[in-house]
Amino acid sequence: MAKIIVVTSGKGGVGKTTSSAAIGTGLALRGFKTAIIDFDVGLRNLDLIMGCERRVVYDFVNVINKEATLNQALIKDKRTPNLFILPASQTRDKDALSQEGVQAVLNELSRDFDYIVCDSPAGIEKGAQMALYYADIAVVVTNPEVSSVRDSDRILGILQSKTRRVEAGEEPVQEHLLLTRYNPARVQAGEMLSVQDVEDILAIPLIGVIPESEAVLKASNQGMPVILDQETEAGQAYSDAVARLLGDAVEHRFLDVQKKGFFKRLLGGK
Amino acid sequence: MSIFDYFRSKSKNTSASVAKERLQIIVAHERGQRQQPDYLPLMQQEILDVIRKYVPIDQDSVNIQLENNDHCSVLELNVTLPDR
Repeated sequence: MAKIIVVTSGKGGVGKTTSSAAIGTGLALRGFKTAIIDFDVGLRNLDLIMGCERRVVYDFVNVINKEATLNQALIKDKRTPNLFILPASQTRDKDALSQEGVQAVLNELSRDFDYIVCDSPAGIEKGAQMALYYADIAVVVTNPEVSSVRDSDRILGILQSKTRRVEAGEEPVQEHLLLTRYNPARVQAGEMLSVQDVEDILAIPLIGVIPESEAVLKASNQGMPVILDQETEAGQAYSDAVARLLGDAVEHRFLDVQKKGFFKRLLGGK
Repeated sequence: MSIFDYFRSKSKNTSASVAKERLQIIVAHERGQRQQPDYLPLMQQEILDVIRKYVPIDQDSVNIQLENNDHCSVLELNVTLPDR
């Protein structure tokens, strides 16, 4: 039985797809057979972030409508073994994802995968609700910014009331906070909510803090999950987050401003 | 941060602390609403209409709260009547 992880946030543009790509790749790198599913019907983008946009033939909705088999639609990642991508459909029909259809696909994947990562669309509409309904674990991606934190709290409310686990009376979905686009210098200057502030408000366990980094845009330009760039802080921070997701106790890094020498401080240099 | 900023920016009311305070208030408020049953706003409106048949009051003078304790829920109804 695969574990189903939903990467969700409520607000758009906070880094759900980037995080889904990184977490999925990180799990596959550790030897787990992993599938990443793009739930954003109509606005497919996971394929671009993973660099497999030209290899899409069939998609999630084709599988649900039985126009293709799951094996035909799954794209095997070229860089990372054990990793597969199921792209979203570009149809404009919002109701293309049916509850039974999604369940059937997840059941079939569950048989020979270890992890299924569901990349949720933004918002709290049907697509987002479908992405989190069958989840065992939720990664709530949040920016240290008021609207993102508020929307994350809304999503937490949905995770606590509208999931298969709640309805079946099972243990609730495990919730994890992933803070992205974190800028320690601005936090120190009192211009940005700190990790502690966001933890205080949302009150769920922290799984990782991804520093704001040029590497993220560079990686998406190239269609490569940023976790593969282990030279960068963002890549390392995602690796740490994956380790914590698997239960390892890893200390948080990149939370503080790099210490500067006395003269640099005096001169106000960067 | 240069040496000049060092003396200036030690005030407590940073924009981040304002953000945190605003978030704590709105999130607490929205969490409270989340636990309410869906029928509560409509019920509030109907109760208001009944009272209005007898006393002229406005929308804000009725306050309904549902509190869930361990084994029972308490519906608290607070109506402010105008001065006579």
